[in-house]
Amino acid sequence: MDLSLSDEQKQLQDAAERFVRDKYAFENRRKIAATDKGWLAENWAQMAELGWLGMSFSEEDGGYGGGSIETMIVMEQFGKGLVLEPFLPTVVLGGGMIARAGSKAQKEALLAPMIEGKKQFAFAWLERQSRYNLADVSLKAEKSGSGYTLSGHKGVVYNAASADNIVVLARTAGAAREEKGLTLFLVDGKAKGLSRRDYPTQDSLRASELTFDKVSVGADAVLGKVDGAFPVVEEAVDRAIVALCAEATGCMDAINAATLEYIKTRKQFGVPIGKFQVLQHRMVDCFTNAQEARSMTLMATLKIDDEDSVVRRKAASGAKVQIGKSGKFCGQSAVQMHGGMGVTDELSVSHYFKRLTMIDLMFGNQQHHLTRYSNLAMAA
Amino acid sequence: MDLSLKPEHQAFADEVRAFARENLSPATRAKTLSGRHYDKDDHVVWQKALGRKGWLAYTWPRKYGGPGFDVTQRFLFENVLAEEGAPRIIPFGVKMVGPVIYTFGSDEQKERFLPGIRSSEVAWCQGYSEPGAGSDLANLRTRAERDGDHYVVNGQKTWTSYAHWGDWIFCLVRTDAKAKPQEGISFLLIDMKTPGVTVRPILMLDGAHAVNDVFFDNVKVPVANRIGKENEGWTCAKFLLANERLGIAEVPASKRGVRSLWELNDDPALKEKIADVDLQVQALEMSELRALSTMALGGAPGPEVSTLKVRGSEIQQRIAELAMEAVGEYAAPYQPDLLFRETNETPVGPDHAPPAAPRYFNMRKTSIYGGSTEIQKNIVSKAILGL
Ligand SMILES: Cc1cc2nc3c(=O)[nH]c(=O)nc-3n(C[C@H](O)[C@H](O)[C@H](O)COP(=O)(O)OP(=O)(O)OC[C@H]3O[C@@H](n4cnc5c(N)ncnc54)[C@H](O)[C@@H]3O)c2cc1C
Ligand SMILES: Cc1cc2nc3c(=O)[nH]c(=O)nc-3n(C[C@H](O)[C@H](O)[C@H](O)COP(=O)(O)OP(=O)(O)OC[C@H]3O[C@@H](n4cnc5c(N)ncnc54)[C@H](O)[C@@H]3O)c2cc1C
Repeated sequence: MDLSLSDEQKQLQDAAERFVRDKYAFENRRKIAATDKGWLAENWAQMAELGWLGMSFSEEDGGYGGGSIETMIVMEQFGKGLVLEPFLPTVVLGGGMIARAGSKAQKEALLAPMIEGKKQFAFAWLERQSRYNLADVSLKAEKSGSGYTLSGHKGVVYNAASADNIVVLARTAGAAREEKGLTLFLVDGKAKGLSRRDYPTQDSLRASELTFDKVSVGADAVLGKVDGAFPVVEEAVDRAIVALCAEATGCMDAINAATLEYIKTRKQFGVPIGKFQVLQHRMVDCFTNAQEARSMTLMATLKIDDEDSVVRRKAASGAKVQIGKSGKFCGQSAVQMHGGMGVTDELSVSHYFKRLTMIDLMFGNQQHHLTRYSNLAMAA
Repeated sequence: MDLSLKPEHQAFADEVRAFARENLSPATRAKTLSGRHYDKDDHVVWQKALGRKGWLAYTWPRKYGGPGFDVTQRFLFENVLAEEGAPRIIPFGVKMVGPVIYTFGSDEQKERFLPGIRSSEVAWCQGYSEPGAGSDLANLRTRAERDGDHYVVNGQKTWTSYAHWGDWIFCLVRTDAKAKPQEGISFLLIDMKTPGVTVRPILMLDGAHAVNDVFFDNVKVPVANRIGKENEGWTCAKFLLANERLGIAEVPASKRGVRSLWELNDDPALKEKIADVDLQVQALEMSELRALSTMALGGAPGPEVSTLKVRGSEIQQRIAELAMEAVGEYAAPYQPDLLFRETNETPVGPDHAPPAAPRYFNMRKTSIYGGSTEIQKNIVSKAILGL
């Protein structure tokens, strides 16, 4: 057993740390969030140049042969800086599904340019009614000629406004909530019949509601097997969850560091408030929570490639439960220990708190994954 | 002992309900029920209606123009209004400075200030906290130097809720720099229109503007605006804080919150959490009734009201958290127009989704303001447990 990073991985970590230090000082982030797109093209180009967009893909797909550990390393640093560039929707979700399910032609057309920083993706799965159920899909794709016609609605699609291609989860057969009968389609971001309502999210990202009004796509738009998308989606989402967990550990480190610094310097009653034992113990609990979050993230990162899908699913859900719990504790505690300052927009603390809160809600909250985990554990 | 209502109390509750249905603007009511932010007018129009009825200063004795409600009436009044979706009465005039004025003020001050509070003609705000004086209130530094029949006030207050709506601010100021921290403080009423008063907004994490910095730059305040004796303002301050903490638990609003939670979601795991907070609210309400019952027999609210504040704020936070949990991923879209402005924009998700996450974020304040949870627990451990 060896849980230390290789030299190359350490270099990656250093580079990501440097990137965040240079580009993501808090006031810079505020400016980036206020731009039209909500992220910076020059940052994206730099990520491509540094090889981050291709690091987790195989060499035959045009990548650099890394994997989940590399993703964990950069996501953790992104969490420290609350980075806004759409790495998760483009590289982890879109790129991940194309690499796993795509044909040679699709990979050439999409993966290679993505790795160069020339294409971005979004993943549209959620609908109004679906809550956290990945199979609760009613957007319809009907056979029409050699291709398909897509009609229906998708919600909270991160990065849809910037995406060149949107990976859409649609129903080709079966009833709503059935895992069989789901198919993935690659839809051009500007396709005719596709309309968008864009908005910022609580944590300063960008997302959209999408309406598909008879959007036609060719047979070559099908990603993977017709009616057989569910396992691909579930696996991609599990990977996204683990990446989110890594991002959350970065957020927790940053928010804990800010709080520790604050309670050492803020004076009330003539002493730094960190001299009060209740705050000391709460800070210790924050530290412990962040440790647990890091441990579960690492565990899940190491198990996410397991051939046994039960092992993979349990690991992803288990880590997500921990991240939800730890993130809430660290976030709420940081705000509380900052007193009035904690509930202002001015300090970074409230922004980390908001991101941690949204991470808990993404792809299933603590409660959802506790249920999923216990179902898997009982079945095993 | 008896929990049931006497017929005359039932009749009173009906009267309050009828009044609310007639006088509360439907737009304001809708904001309450959907969790959106109010404008100043939502408060003022409603409070003026209560004032005309003689009900705004509902906790005051008859002697000072209050309606003389008994404890049960007070309880019913608050509960029925919350059920009907009335905004909470802004406490600074009616619950805070009003009682200080009728308890410690001169006859002239009572005549001058109480009518405007009872009628909601004059809006008040509270200038206690400063950048260096939050939990440690006695560390305040804003100075008031005597100059003939005036004080000249210099300094900064912060976290002043609704200072941007306020006509008057009541302040704790230092009138003797050499005295011990809790001595040498005076209680001053300051007209916000006086030259030298500047209000600067502080933006909160949900995008709301509710609190402010207030700066005093050589502000001339007549000595006649001091309540109580010079350097003895701490007595007023403490009296006011005890009043502030009673009722800050917001039980009626939490009851309304729990009711709407029950309507939101069928998920069994969520339902158990809702049941849990529902029961917490019942325990808190019963504790509050016990405190009120002691007061009805002539007792004063003791330090145990601190425990009500602690639990009350936890419950408010929990309700907001569960409401967000019930929304799921549709809590993510941020639509400030739907929170703060009159608009015909439609929510991108379910109707109850837009305020859910901002409210959860915003509610973190309840365990900070009015004396943080840590400070309340310190009070209980010292004053009740003798630790
Ligand atoms: C089952 C058992 C087996 C044990 N076996 C052994 C043994 O084999 N050999 C041996 O030498 N001892 C043994 N011990 C003793 C054990 O180490 C002591 O019980 C322990 O150190 C606590 O001391 P105490 O019981 O005197 O509690 P105290 O020290 O009196 O503490 C009482 C409470 O006050 C708290 N407290 C104390 N100081 C502080 C502080 N500064 N800040 C905040 N809270 C504080 C404690 O956390 C505790 O909650 C055993 C104890 C138990 C219960
Ligand atoms: C939304 C909002 C509205 C407000 N409205 C008003 C208003 O209208 N007028 C007004 O005057 N003030 C107002 N306040 C200010 C409020 O009263 C203070 O924020 C509060 O007293 C805490 O002070 P602080 O923010 O300086 O935090 P600090 O005192 O710096 O406290 C920071 C942390 O340290 C903890 N702490 C401090 N001392 C101790 C101790 N001895 N033991 C253990 N823990 C301790 C606190 O509990 C907190 O967790 C408002 C605040 C907010 C957030």
